[in-house]
Amino acid sequence: MAMSRDEVFKKVESVLVDALGVDEDEVTEEATLTGDLGAESIDFLDIVFRLEKAFDIKIPRGELFPDDILNNPDYVENGRMTTAGLIQLKRSMPHANFSEFEKDPSVSRMPDLFTVKAIVDFVALKLNQSGNRAEAAS
Amino acid sequence: MRWMWIDTFVAFESGKRAMAVKNVSRSEDHLHDHFPGFPVMPATLMIEGMAQTAGVLVGEARNFREKVLLAKIRRARFDDYCTPGDRIRYEAFIETVDEAAATTHGIVYKEDRPIGEIDLMFSHADNAATNLGLPGHNFVFTDQFMDLLTAFNVKAAN
Repeated sequence: MAMSRDEVFKKVESVLVDALGVDEDEVTEEATLTGDLGAESIDFLDIVFRLEKAFDIKIPRGELFPDDILNNPDYVENGRMTTAGLIQLKRSMPHANFSEFEKDPSVSRMPDLFTVKAIVDFVALKLNQSGNRAEAAS
Repeated sequence: MRWMWIDTFVAFESGKRAMAVKNVSRSEDHLHDHFPGFPVMPATLMIEGMAQTAGVLVGEARNFREKVLLAKIRRARFDDYCTPGDRIRYEAFIETVDEAAATTHGIVYKEDRPIGEIDLMFSHADNAATNLGLPGHNFVFTDQFMDLLTAFNVKAAN
């Protein structure tokens, strides 16, 4: 049976509580991983590993938290994302909300895209895709 | 300096599980200060012992191609302490391992009794961090660590 968004949120919440040592009430939809929950770079990989285990899904590296875009000189200029970079980033992160970031696409503001809501949406999308595949196969 | 916090391997299943032993001795310097008159094996050094057990297991799983660095203590819990004369066993299991990193689950035993759990995460530095300025040679798996494995294989063969 498909998992409700609420159930997905609860599981993501418990992953973040374990991975970052935060309290449950700190894990709100809008909370950013680095700014609000104190995640460091190595925690991002830990979160990916834990999500894979909790939801029994495979998450290719760079899919949830794309970082290779920043290494492309066409996509970053003077510390800001270029138009092409922004298009590429949006394509890579359909699970993120860009409305604030677009106003000032500084690279230093990129961590603000990684919110709890983005993770929940990403996992929901992932579960939906694998559900569709299972249905098509049966 | 010998930064070795395991004495020998007693089990090694490539890519899966390893168990190492550490005999706590009153002649170890750190036990004189931790604590005076009440020597206790520091929990931090037990985490290091587990990291060495699990680190060799992870390194061997990929033929020691990468520099396997302890990146994060995901969880550590101790229900008892160890004192001189105790035989500590560290049992490590690989949970995940890929190009960038690995995670392990570990159980600490005092003699035959489980007294703690240590879950770790390792980074494969060659692949995950190319700009750290690390030396080119594999400074993690020195001869001392490789000797541990050789000794285990020799013992297992006899």
